[in-house]
Amino acid sequence: MSTQDAKERLELLQGTLDLLILRTLIFGSQHGQGIARAIQETSEEELLVEHGALYPALQRLEERGWISAKWGVSSNNRKARFYSLTAAGRKQLVKETNKWKRLTGAIARILGAENAKS
Amino acid sequence: MRKAKVMSGRKRNLDDFTTEIEAHMELETERLREQGLGEEEARASARRSFGNVTHAEERFYESSRWLWWDHLRQDVPYGLRMLRKSPGFTAIVVLTMALGIGTTTAIFSVVDATLLHPLPYPQPEQLVSIEDDFPGVSAKDVGMSEPEWQDLQDSGIFEYVSPTWFDENNLTGSSQPARVRILIVAPNYFALLGVKPQLGRGFNPTDHSPGLILEVLISDGLWKRAFGADPHILEKSVRLDTDLYRIVGVMPPGFDAPGRVGEERKIEVWAATSFYGPPMSDHPRRSERNLPTAIARLKPGLTIAAAQSRVDALVSSLRKQYPADYPVQSAWTVGLLPLKERVVGNVRRSLILLLGAVGLVLLIGCVNVANLLLARASSRQREIAVRQALGGARTRLTQQLLTESVLLSLLGGIAGLAILFCAKGFLLRLLPDNLPRLNDISISWNVLLFALAVSLITGAIFGLVPALQVGRLDLTYVLKQEGRGSTGSNEQGRARRMLVVTEFALSFVLIVAAGLLLRSFWDLLNVRLGFNPQNVMAVRTRLPSPNDPKSDIYQTPAQEAPFFREILRRARTLPRVEEAALGDIASIPLDESLRDLKLISEGQFLFTLEGRDIESDQPGVVERSCVTPDYFHLLGMPLLRGRLFNELDDDKGPQVAVINAAFAKTYWPDQDPLGKRFKRTRSESPWITVVGIIANARTESLAEAGVPKIYLDLYQTGGKRLAIFVRGHLDAAAVPEEVREQLQSVDPTLPVSAAQTLNETVTASLAERRFSMEMVALFALTALLLAGLGIYGVISYMVSERTHEIGIRLALGADRMSVVKMVLRQGLRLAIAGAAVGFVGALIVSHLMTGLLYGVRPTDPLTFAGVALLLIGVALLACYIPARRAIRVDPLVALRYE
Repeated sequence: MSTQDAKERLELLQGTLDLLILRTLIFGSQHGQGIARAIQETSEEELLVEHGALYPALQRLEERGWISAKWGVSSNNRKARFYSLTAAGRKQLVKETNKWKRLTGAIARILGAENAKS
Repeated sequence: MRKAKVMSGRKRNLDDFTTEIEAHMELETERLREQGLGEEEARASARRSFGNVTHAEERFYESSRWLWWDHLRQDVPYGLRMLRKSPGFTAIVVLTMALGIGTTTAIFSVVDATLLHPLPYPQPEQLVSIEDDFPGVSAKDVGMSEPEWQDLQDSGIFEYVSPTWFDENNLTGSSQPARVRILIVAPNYFALLGVKPQLGRGFNPTDHSPGLILEVLISDGLWKRAFGADPHILEKSVRLDTDLYRIVGVMPPGFDAPGRVGEERKIEVWAATSFYGPPMSDHPRRSERNLPTAIARLKPGLTIAAAQSRVDALVSSLRKQYPADYPVQSAWTVGLLPLKERVVGNVRRSLILLLGAVGLVLLIGCVNVANLLLARASSRQREIAVRQALGGARTRLTQQLLTESVLLSLLGGIAGLAILFCAKGFLLRLLPDNLPRLNDISISWNVLLFALAVSLITGAIFGLVPALQVGRLDLTYVLKQEGRGSTGSNEQGRARRMLVVTEFALSFVLIVAAGLLLRSFWDLLNVRLGFNPQNVMAVRTRLPSPNDPKSDIYQTPAQEAPFFREILRRARTLPRVEEAALGDIASIPLDESLRDLKLISEGQFLFTLEGRDIESDQPGVVERSCVTPDYFHLLGMPLLRGRLFNELDDDKGPQVAVINAAFAKTYWPDQDPLGKRFKRTRSESPWITVVGIIANARTESLAEAGVPKIYLDLYQTGGKRLAIFVRGHLDAAAVPEEVREQLQSVDPTLPVSAAQTLNETVTASLAERRFSMEMVALFALTALLLAGLGIYGVISYMVSERTHEIGIRLALGADRMSVVKMVLRQGLRLAIAGAAVGFVGALIVSHLMTGLLYGVRPTDPLTFAGVALLLIGVALLACYIPARRAIRVDPLVALRYE
């Protein structure tokens, strides 16, 4: 993986990864690998989450108090760190979702206008 | 809860994170295997989709907040290593900072104890002093009457109100009769202040019985001095002015009363009364303002402003209710002042001046060190450039340089504190005695914190200049200069010159301040006093005034007169005494220790002139002393007109007065004052006839020439607190004992106190001025030294930079003189620029300190010109040394250097 790729991906995922993690956790607590899988599967494999970027993001969210974590045992009997949404995280999710919707809406409108012109 | 989580989040260590990643790998591998991949393939794929493990770990590491700590752990040892490598540089910087931080901290420790914590009592912000004024007749602080005290007490504005009444008493019973400072207070006084005695109890705050309560509390000092710290003191009684009092308590050590002057703070005995009943009147009247001062504690939650407006309302209703007692033209008001104003109001200005001066010295020190660091930075350019070229981030390098400079200033701070600790005893002795809370000045936590803060801030200030230069470094240029002594960029040179200019400007301000203070002091020392203090000694004594007038053998002037005559007769027989006179303590010229107390204990002398409408006339306020006729000759004060007191002026004859020329000029400008009459503004006072006019003398204040003053005849007025003046070629050490012997053979209960030559009194009256003048002068000298060092550093650096050029010039036949001139010109330009900037600053500062000056204008051209010359002289001297070095450059050596 070249530095160039990593940079692009980081930019691409800035902020959105947090949103995706919070969204995934709405269905209940989950460990890191599970979150990665869930994002990949729900997005019908369109989004490829680099697993390595996931964990610092989880750490960041935990520090902000939006998610909490504790060690547990996975369905196939393996030790894993489980994350779950806090009340503050739920609020943040609503806020971020709205923001995201407005952003994408606005971008879509601009792109639509461009299309119409050309 | 949330906080706990954040805490635990921070505590999470790298191992935990790594375990989580390993768990992720296992889970992912397992999932891929379930999809049908082989073990090896699954593992590789899991790793691939994870990406860079180390990168994730690094980011985790950076996100946990240990990074700055890690950097610090790298930077501090590195910085210490760098400092150890150049011990000379380190020593100079640490010493400069130690001087600056040490002196600043020393002054701050004084400010902390006095200005910041002037009242060592609980909830000091609720304490106020109450001042009654008659603004209509421009009389201030006229005292309170007992009914007014009761009004305030019952107003609901105050928790407690206590009048305080400073007095002296004769303590007998212990070995020698002694004069003690006594404060007569209301029984609620200790409850008001919120202080408990170390032994025994305070007064009962609700006691309202008539007369004096026959209980006293004594100070720790008196307990130790007069009673040998007797543990059974509470069973003892003392005689004060022949009356017997029971000792009920001993105040803790270091407890000072909140007074205006030292005398009033260092109280030795507290007695309580409700200010009515014998020896005071049974039904005190509103016009009897015999309670000189009062303090109070506000009800909790009340601000001074809110309390003041309620007091104003009370005052205006009282004025309506008692129009006869409160004439409209006097416009009686009652003001509340924060109590701390009373205690530190007098010293604030000088302390702020000192703090400002010492702050300037510190700043100059910082500039000096910044300059040194810049010089060093240019020799470290290569190191910095190499580190940058190898990928050291600029922020990290800046951080590293800042760490170094903060380390330097911290070391300086520690050294400064160490010096302070060692020199503490010596420094405390320099402080004037009348400073409030003198005994509480210590290196407290507050002071330590201040020293730490100053160290950090100064470190940041002087470190910032060189640290910012890192960002501007031209790597290619520096690295290309293969090992050659780097010339330092133009920009750096400019920065260094700017710093020297700053230094000179700051020094200019400080030296002008010192110069003005010095000239004021000098002028004060050399004023024409108008009296002759040479060979005169004043010894004080005091006649008792017992509570029961019947047992008072000195009740009337007629009873006192034989005693006065006997004392004078005996004083004249003492060895080497040529002249003797008596007066009350107000007659001791320039006696600072009691200047304010004359007012506190005796009230102002309000008087009215005969023949003027008393209703419409404004009573004047005047200084007065009561003296025996020989006083004027003894002090060499010439009679201008009329006569002095004589034998016929006794308590049966009409009262007479001698006035000074200033009084005559103020109140009878176009008339002959002789034979004119005036009286105290009290209905029962007798008329006083002016019989003589004496020349003005600076007996009240060295700084003021024509203070109106009247002298009354001691034989007519009587007096309790007396000064015995003797003139002659005296043995100053023996006189107090000789006088005591004579005095006590007349009355064995009389104490002797405060024997001083008048020269000592005059000097003591200048103690506070002398202290600030000496301190500021000391700081100014330090500043001058630092500025000299600063310009020396810059110029000698410039010379060494231009060795090559100078060599060429000399080789081409340049005149050595012209080289010297060139170097000196450089230094001169900096000094003049600094002086010009400083000139403006000094003008501002000198105007701010107008109140501290005497006889010299804040723009005194002589001082300004003198200081400018001095600074330029120092600059030339400092530049001459490198200039000499420049002409000794051997052209051959200089050229071979290439």
